[in-house]
Amino acid sequence: MTDAQRFRELFYQALRIRLVEERIIALYPSDVIQSPVHLSIGQEAVAVGACQELEKTDLIFCTYRSHAFYLAKGGNLKEMFAELYGKVTGCARGKAGSMHLTAPEVGLMGSSAVVASTIPHAVGAALAAKHLGKDQVVMAVFGDGATEEGVYHESLNFAVLHRLPVLFLCENNGLAVHSSQSARQRYAILEHARSYGLSAQHIADGYDLENVADTISGLVRRVRQIREPVFVEIRTYRYKEHVGPGEDFHCGYRQREEWWSWKQRDPLEQHPDLRDMMQPSIIKEIDEAVEFARASPFPPEEELLRDVV
Amino acid sequence: MNLSYREALNQAMREEMQRDDRVFLIGEEVGYYQGAFKVSKGFVEEFGTERVRDTPITEAGFTGLAIGAAMTGLRPIVELMTFNFGILALDQIVNNAAKIRYMSGGQISVPMVIRGPGSAAHQLAAQHSQSLEAWFCHVPGLKVIAPATPHDAKGLLKTAIRDDNPVIFIEAQLLYGTKGEVQEGEYTIPIGKAEIKREGQDVTIAAYSKMLLLALETAADLEQDGIDAEVVDLRTLKPLDVDTLVQSVKKTGRLVIVEEGWRFAGLGAQIAESVYSTAFDALDGPIVRVTGEDVPMPYARPLEDLAIPDRARIIQAVKQVL
Ligand SMILES: Cc1ncc(C[n+]2csc(CCOP(=O)(O)OP(=O)(O)O)c2C)c(N)n1
Ligand SMILES: [Mg+2]
Repeated sequence: MTDAQRFRELFYQALRIRLVEERIIALYPSDVIQSPVHLSIGQEAVAVGACQELEKTDLIFCTYRSHAFYLAKGGNLKEMFAELYGKVTGCARGKAGSMHLTAPEVGLMGSSAVVASTIPHAVGAALAAKHLGKDQVVMAVFGDGATEEGVYHESLNFAVLHRLPVLFLCENNGLAVHSSQSARQRYAILEHARSYGLSAQHIADGYDLENVADTISGLVRRVRQIREPVFVEIRTYRYKEHVGPGEDFHCGYRQREEWWSWKQRDPLEQHPDLRDMMQPSIIKEIDEAVEFARASPFPPEEELLRDVV
Repeated sequence: MNLSYREALNQAMREEMQRDDRVFLIGEEVGYYQGAFKVSKGFVEEFGTERVRDTPITEAGFTGLAIGAAMTGLRPIVELMTFNFGILALDQIVNNAAKIRYMSGGQISVPMVIRGPGSAAHQLAAQHSQSLEAWFCHVPGLKVIAPATPHDAKGLLKTAIRDDNPVIFIEAQLLYGTKGEVQEGEYTIPIGKAEIKREGQDVTIAAYSKMLLLALETAADLEQDGIDAEVVDLRTLKPLDVDTLVQSVKKTGRLVIVEEGWRFAGLGAQIAESVYSTAFDALDGPIVRVTGEDVPMPYARPLEDLAIPDRARIIQAVKQVL
């Protein structure tokens, strides 16, 4: 693949995620989607870059902000919209909503709304991979806020202690709900991670599609090869409110100028020609997925107790 | 053969680890130290440190890790030093282990056992003496087992390890040294089946774990007074075997429930409701509960004795219903 082709591929995947989430915003006022939605608009390059080198058999464990990872990892778009609509054809039969997207057939093992709670699951999956002799790479995806939780420390420590093949991926948008990172943290995430003996890398510009993809892909290959944990922190920025389809600059915890400075470098805004060219087929795909969700039935009553044991 | 409760648990895990190499044990000091209560004696020698994993002091961390391993092909047994520290892992147990199957629309299961001692021992004070089984029973997606005898401990633990969903397996510090006959050879006991441990005609006493032994001792005392008590060992707390209990109550017409846990919103309240709603007509009087007191466990022996059910209180309850 030439560099230009590769860029187009990354751009396409990021644009597809953006357009899906923009559709969610458009649909939201009509109340067909009742689930709280944590949008990744502005952060697409991270999910896209993170998944380039992952095979379907490689596993990721995500958070409530996982639309982008679901799509980047290869999750089915129709089943995602059906899940948001609460329909039985959804990826979790309408039991999950937006916050617990799961697609084990492509290696997305789950998304949890409890901050940091899937990080140890990823370490456990890496333990299982080691035990079962699989050459899988496992990725733990979490935000900057999750590094404040105790179980984050517990997980890093164990993974290093037992040399497990897990890539810790910190998607640092500098925010947790309505608090900036500086109001919450007295440590530097990267240095803290390195203090465990983890090899840790920083990606300062999470908007550089190619660099994010190249760097994380290199780290995925490295984990696959050396079978040891590796850490990466990617600085990025979210455009929308923490949860919901709107903006939140009126809340006072961040400035519109900050958003503006990121937006200037937003790869999806830099190439209107590419966007115009790719958009129609993506929109068509989204239309079909939304129609699939709309036309699908809600889960019947028998579904209520199914899978409770 | 005559085995201690501890040996029975050891055999159950050993046999299951021999049978299936996806099964592994993980917890604080389960390896070289062989467990806080020596339940995993000899395991490192037999299975190696990969399958008998010592962990840092990280209840949430290693429980979460076990969940991840269970989601991806292994069958972990998590040993908690005691269930008191399992409280630190509650998010992993309640929000994750119990829900992942449902939240994933049935795509992912979590075959794991979380085991260790619950309830009071002798004078360990408030943070080491509590019976939290009602908490776990409250959560859809968890099965809860609390065996009283070595035979049941072995057969039920083997079944729990083979179960494809999370099972909370509550032992008791004061039971580890108790002995009993254990069936020779391979056997399992189904989850969800109570057992009548003593037949009687006059009153049913329902209990589990350590309180089952107390109920049996009390039944012997009652016999001296000419009262013929039937003792039902619930064994599995969830799913609760209401049928066996109701059959017994239909015979005796009276029910006393003994539990060591706190009274308010305790398990006995649920058991009573289950019996009232299915067999109200069979009862000749109200169901009476004998429970722990609603206090943090005091250290001083006379106070501790007051906080835990004893024979006198069970006898009093039985006489109240007769
Ligand atoms: C254990 C827990 N505490 C608090 C919350 C409420 N909460 C939801 S998201 C969030 C912020 C997390 O920030 P971060 O990890 O940076 O992820 P981001 O939302 O920025 O992607 C908080 C505090 C929660 N869901 N779980
Ligand atoms: Mg954040």
